[in-house]
Amino acid sequence: MYIQAAAGISPQRSFEAILTQPQNYNGNRLSCQEPDYAQLIDPRMIRRMSRIIKMGVAAAKECLREAGWEVPDAIITGTAYGCLADTELFLAKMIENKEELLTPTAFIQSTHNTVGAQIALLLKCHNYNNTFVHRGFSFESALLDAITLIKEEEISTALVGGVDEITPVSHAILSRFGLYRKEHTDSAALLNTPGKGTMAGEGALFFALSASPSGNDCAKLDDIYTFYKPADRGAVKEQILSFLQRNRLAVKDIDLVITGENGDVAGDAVYTALKTGVWGNAPAISFKQLCGEYPTATGFALWLAVHILHTGKVPGLSPATKPRRVLIYNHYQHIHHSIYLLTAC
Amino acid sequence: MLIKPVFIAGAGVISAIGNNVQQHLHALESGTAGMGNMTYLGSAHKHRLPVAEVKMSNEELAGLTGLPAHISRTALLSSVAAKEALLQSGMDDIQPWRTGFISANTVGGMDKTENFFVDFLKDNRKGRLRNVVHHECGAATEITANHLGIKNYVSTISTACSSSANAIFFGARLIRQDILDVVVAGGADALTKFTLNGFNTLMILDQQYCQPFDENRRGLNLGEGAGYIVMVSEKVASSLKKAPVCTLSGYCNANDAYHQTASSPDGTGSFLAMKGAMKKSGLQPGDIDYINLHGTGTQNNDIAEGTAIKLLFKDRFPKMSSTKSFTGHTLGASGGIEAVFSVLSIQHGMVYPNLRFETQMKELPFAPETVFSKGQPIRHVLSNSFGFGGNCSSLIFSKM
Amino acid sequence: MADLKRQIIEQLNLKDVKPEDIGDDQPLFVEGLGLDSIDALELIVLLQQEYKIKLANAEEGQSVFRSVRTMAQYITEHQPKTI
Repeated sequence: MYIQAAAGISPQRSFEAILTQPQNYNGNRLSCQEPDYAQLIDPRMIRRMSRIIKMGVAAAKECLREAGWEVPDAIITGTAYGCLADTELFLAKMIENKEELLTPTAFIQSTHNTVGAQIALLLKCHNYNNTFVHRGFSFESALLDAITLIKEEEISTALVGGVDEITPVSHAILSRFGLYRKEHTDSAALLNTPGKGTMAGEGALFFALSASPSGNDCAKLDDIYTFYKPADRGAVKEQILSFLQRNRLAVKDIDLVITGENGDVAGDAVYTALKTGVWGNAPAISFKQLCGEYPTATGFALWLAVHILHTGKVPGLSPATKPRRVLIYNHYQHIHHSIYLLTAC
Repeated sequence: MLIKPVFIAGAGVISAIGNNVQQHLHALESGTAGMGNMTYLGSAHKHRLPVAEVKMSNEELAGLTGLPAHISRTALLSSVAAKEALLQSGMDDIQPWRTGFISANTVGGMDKTENFFVDFLKDNRKGRLRNVVHHECGAATEITANHLGIKNYVSTISTACSSSANAIFFGARLIRQDILDVVVAGGADALTKFTLNGFNTLMILDQQYCQPFDENRRGLNLGEGAGYIVMVSEKVASSLKKAPVCTLSGYCNANDAYHQTASSPDGTGSFLAMKGAMKKSGLQPGDIDYINLHGTGTQNNDIAEGTAIKLLFKDRFPKMSSTKSFTGHTLGASGGIEAVFSVLSIQHGMVYPNLRFETQMKELPFAPETVFSKGQPIRHVLSNSFGFGGNCSSLIFSKM
Repeated sequence: MADLKRQIIEQLNLKDVKPEDIGDDQPLFVEGLGLDSIDALELIVLLQQEYKIKLANAEEGQSVFRSVRTMAQYITEHQPKTI
């Protein structure tokens, strides 16, 4: 599987900006650096779009532009929460107006597949279109869908994206569940000051996946694997080792490990154990200080890995040689675990 | 390219016309529709809009499953039907197999969230958290997966009204590529005030019982339920005590790319989905014995779907009907429920009536079936599911 | 009619359109202002909310919403008398 382009909208302006001056956030969230959408999306379509739809559509368009594609064979998105702002708007109006005098726009746009559908509409693309909504597996499921379609030779190109937003309502509710730090935190220091909870994040990252090399690819996605609710840390280790084995690799073959620490002591314990138990001295970086924690944050990690392999530069490290092989490991809420393996092209 | 089929080993269903497969067979044969006045959904539109509710309270569903009654009704419905599907497949033990649960729904735990929101709107420190903890679509899937003891793979799809058809063929692909051996796939959706009011703003809800594919159709009735099939690999199929009934022989998803909610006048997406599914199964239009229509009963859907069928089947039209005239439109569950009906159609040679049909649509050279029949030679069934965002999916089930 | 144009722009979130941009007889749908079936439903709610006029079905909207003038005429003819 070749990745011809990786683009999107995140709390960081660009990969180059991460290398020179990463954007830091003080508070309890990392919000996306959004472009001027009016320059990117037809005004007739934009008037009904909530923020997440604009983010998703703009990210998809940029990805297609970088890949030089007009219409992909498949459009597949992953989103854990879907279009929250429209959902909240319709719900609030419904309750306030006692189910009377409601308008359709927010309801229509609240549907989970709106981002994928709007991209298809914009491109007049009649091809395969699917949306996965499974919490911390949403983005991975979308990738697996694309990979299996490619393997069956049903398609040869796929546009795959992971999209989630923070809204004031979702932030308030998730805070009450104890997901985020109570005290204001500096994102740059998030991982160095372990505490209870993390900082919220969001993003819309899209990837142009292709069955065959184009001669101009950013990276190659060799394998992806997910596992659900492992019994304990030992089981996590076992899964990672068997993943390496099925790719006929040892830890020493990995040039860079990218892991999903988020500053929450309980959640980070797994990463600490793996550091001593599996990775050892392999060069390693983490990514959630750059994008925050959200269910499809692995989209950001994959974007980061692709750019690292493409440029040979690693944020926060100065490796003697360009990394050729990168492994990403992440877990969301101890429940959804994912591993990615990529190589340079 | 022709696809390698996967085998259907079991089916489970709950909807307004029954709580299991047996009750559905009875209702489908006797022509008993499930619509009526709202009993469980506390909406302001109670006396104006008929709905097709599952005839059990959350407490009764909880009793049936052993799950707590305070969780989302969607998760309860999902667990009932998925459990039946697995039991029916005759697989006493799934542990030796790599098993996945791939479900679909459209609004997750919205039935609980909409209650939470009443208090939350007044004060964002208020509202019981247990009513919003299962809001995400994936939460209902995980409750059921945990209930069934499925761990190897879980995922959720949400593409509006075609969601569970997409879940089924994603699951089939995972079996064919030897990623999984057994997949329970389908979908569930409970009625919510959110969806009822949403469809009401579109002015497509029928205040009477719906009349799909009728010249004088007025719109759809919303329903609720869940439907799942158990798909297995060839290896698993040969180990089963009971031979599988049929295969999933073809499928396709295509996008109408016309409008966020409306279908294109000539049903481009529907046409491409049906045509694509036939191509994958290696069948010709003449091979299809029965079409389980998407047939919502709205002006727009039925003319688009009907026109696509007219274009594709040209002059020889198979028997067809919309079982939404029984169950109402169950949204994210409809593809799963109708997949179960398609499997049963092959198993028992049944063709279901399109209830309340009176007048043929003037644009179409065919009309749906109006009477129930059994013992027919049904070899291939086409099932259509179309949703918002132009998402069109067709599945083909074939007799072994 | 200027009020009505303002209300239409607000209801449909037509950010780049000014009331004077909409001609009294300009078609609102498709080739005119480019509105679609969702906008028609939004306008039905606008009539109900601002003018207490209830359209029986979505099809009726087709003739009512032909232009701002046809909408204004419909409102004048159907507005409930307050005296």
